[in-house]
Amino acid sequence: MSDVYEALQKIVGKDYVSNQAEERYFYGRDPGLMPPHEPDFVVMPKTTEEVQEIVKLANREKVPIVPKGAGLALTGLVIPQRGGIVLDMKRMDRILEVNEKAGYVVVEAGTTHGVLKSYLQKHYPHLRHSIPDSPPIATIVANAVIHGQGRLTQQRGFNSDMVSGLEVVLPTGELCRIGSCSVSSYWFSKGPPLPDLSGLFLGWFGSTGVITKLGMKLYPCKKIRDVMLFLTDKVDLVPEVIRKLAHTEMVEDIVVTAQPIPLRFKGNFYILLYITGDSEEEIEFKKKMAWDALMEYVESRDGGFVSVTPDMKPPFLAMPSKDTARFADVSKGGGFEYSGPIAPIDKYPLYLKKLEELAAKYKLFYSSAARVIDGGHSMMFSFSYTFNRANPDEMKRAKTALDEAAEFALEEGGVIWKPNINEQQMIMERMDPNTLKLMTSIKHLLDPKGIMNPGNWEAK
Amino acid sequence: MQQKDYASQIHRCFRCGYCKFPTDYSSFNCPSYRRFRFDSYSTGGRLWLIYAWLKGEIEWSEHLAEILYACTTCKNCVEQCPMKFAPDIVDWIVGARSDMVEKGKIPPRVARFFEAVYGYGNPFKQLRSDRAAWSNGTKKYAPGDEYLLYVGCLGSYDENGQKMARSIVHVLETAGVSFGILGKDEECCGNEIYMLGETGLFQNLVEKNSQKFKELGVKKIVTLSPHAYNTMKNNYPAFGGNFEVYHYTQILNDLIKKNKIKPSRAKAKVTYQDPCFLGRYNNIYDEPRQILQSIPGIKLVEMERNRKDAFCCGGGSGNFVTDLLAGSADSPARVRAREAYETGADTLAVACPSCLTMLTDAVKAENLDDKLAVKDISQILKELLSAK
Repeated sequence: MSDVYEALQKIVGKDYVSNQAEERYFYGRDPGLMPPHEPDFVVMPKTTEEVQEIVKLANREKVPIVPKGAGLALTGLVIPQRGGIVLDMKRMDRILEVNEKAGYVVVEAGTTHGVLKSYLQKHYPHLRHSIPDSPPIATIVANAVIHGQGRLTQQRGFNSDMVSGLEVVLPTGELCRIGSCSVSSYWFSKGPPLPDLSGLFLGWFGSTGVITKLGMKLYPCKKIRDVMLFLTDKVDLVPEVIRKLAHTEMVEDIVVTAQPIPLRFKGNFYILLYITGDSEEEIEFKKKMAWDALMEYVESRDGGFVSVTPDMKPPFLAMPSKDTARFADVSKGGGFEYSGPIAPIDKYPLYLKKLEELAAKYKLFYSSAARVIDGGHSMMFSFSYTFNRANPDEMKRAKTALDEAAEFALEEGGVIWKPNINEQQMIMERMDPNTLKLMTSIKHLLDPKGIMNPGNWEAK
Repeated sequence: MQQKDYASQIHRCFRCGYCKFPTDYSSFNCPSYRRFRFDSYSTGGRLWLIYAWLKGEIEWSEHLAEILYACTTCKNCVEQCPMKFAPDIVDWIVGARSDMVEKGKIPPRVARFFEAVYGYGNPFKQLRSDRAAWSNGTKKYAPGDEYLLYVGCLGSYDENGQKMARSIVHVLETAGVSFGILGKDEECCGNEIYMLGETGLFQNLVEKNSQKFKELGVKKIVTLSPHAYNTMKNNYPAFGGNFEVYHYTQILNDLIKKNKIKPSRAKAKVTYQDPCFLGRYNNIYDEPRQILQSIPGIKLVEMERNRKDAFCCGGGSGNFVTDLLAGSADSPARVRAREAYETGADTLAVACPSCLTMLTDAVKAENLDDKLAVKDISQILKELLSAK
């Protein structure tokens, strides 16, 4: 291993590789509840060429490699299950190109959502990207690799649907471009009209290669952004409310929240609707459409719009929302994790009931935020539980609750989003055998020595 | 000032990473993370490692201590952390440092800092008798003087700090302010000692200084350094050291407003570095800017990161001596020097001797010294004083 360490130092420079206990400790865990496992080395490449050299070295020496962004998935996806090298990609942080007319940006793999947001606001204020609610240190590539969602997901689908091209270092060290950028200098499409090969890398959690550059579609950033709040205490009504709102095609983002405290929240479902426009007229028109869509519930007193006063708006409108991270400190414990199945929206009442049942069973504080995806084709429903990092018993209870939630969500037809390695096994056990065989073949073809993020999407 | 019971709270950090950024997320604003780029050097990394050390999951090592002491306590994390415990973060870090000090487990450079202050009353191991060598006969404080000018270690011994001290003296004398210095009787203020976790030595310094000030009948103190301003204003009262404390920019701004000093016309484009212990610690952002804006012909341009988002020069927590962040183009002072240059300014104004020396060196390292002058605000004023 000392040879590997020296070789890594030669590739990236001695300042950017560590085999010390402190880095190994920190990079061997994430903020969630999966057991830690330490890497042998943490390496921070600066260029694609350095990544290639590292991958070739790892191949030669059969050392595992785990590419990592901010490590905020919470499900242990960048915990190096078999040690080896964690590649912290955040030094590769250049924004390489914004094509204003075609509406895309090309970034290096360590570029964060926070930096891109700030850059676009300053240089291209009429353009925006789909910002997730994870903290701003989340990288654009890692978020796409886990099929993250963001503030444009209701209208545009998963953030990975917005990818417009990739540059990937394959597990054998070759460099490969995916999409229009493979035949042209433009990064406008990750697939069409070609065979869409992006699926060989998106959703694989770095187990099929290291993405070094990514094209991401940009969308109009309207001058005005506002929020409406619809409240109902009828859980069975939530799917229909979502459907009616999505049908208007006027709402940019729809999020349903549920939590037991403060007490006024208990038993109520807060449906946040985000409206954007270039003029007050446009905003008013869209608001009216949303209002009209739900008028029957207002008239029947099954729900109503809540006035959102100016002082209430900033936390709702913040991108990313700091409240997401704050949930970890609700019980002053520094931890939360969620199981987030992607499921049809009509599963909302069932999942909500299970969320509450598990919270009561394991004595946990809970909340849920359900984000509508792609016009209501599905939603991400979060079974979120807090835990106290200084209380091992509570951590164990939270983990058990999450495991049961994942099992339940799967049984009820959902598919777990960013599943941990155990949940991946649960998914693969239910998967069509030929699909699993295809996945296994693809993985073996791309990564014959099995060095890429081993343990993930690995059929037993 | 009280160090919180950090050991029972430190697990609350979720390592969300907001602490790495300024408000607009435009770049990395944590000096040690910006320098080293391993997550272990961010505030979240530091807090997780301290917790691991407390739990016995990692052993103490010099590397762990360096990670802990590479924090400049600039308080960017306090500004950006979304959690309710945010105001306590620096206290947690100082608390952990205190534990390391008690166990004798600190980086050698920090140990030498303590030894120097303990033995010589300053971190440079300079003779006490030379403390006033800069002063050119500046009047010593005597009962009845309105202000004690507290010069501090950098002002007394550092070449750049001495220039700054002489400028402030010149401006105060020009304005007819009643003041005096302590000269060789002055002692380290203790701010860095506190931040580095040597609470026993800190208490000793506070008591000695407070006693001396009281014996001389000092009521009002003007400090050269924001670091001294911070500790005398915020920490000394807990030990009975209750004085009216001002940073020199507050006094000079007041003198300008009262027309007691009148700078002549200049021709300069100036950008300003907010010192952490003036800005984030004490919310003094306007007075230094008002001084600069009062000078005819000076155009003040802001760096992208300013006020509560200002990027630390890297000198805090004794790093102007221990220099744990040095040795790279990613060292905070060099990053900041480049940022200042990018504004198009010809002068980088500072209001802190630590910033002055860190940024002066950085500008040289960046080969910008013929394009960007680093000057303390008092130096700028001194050059332009034409009349009372």
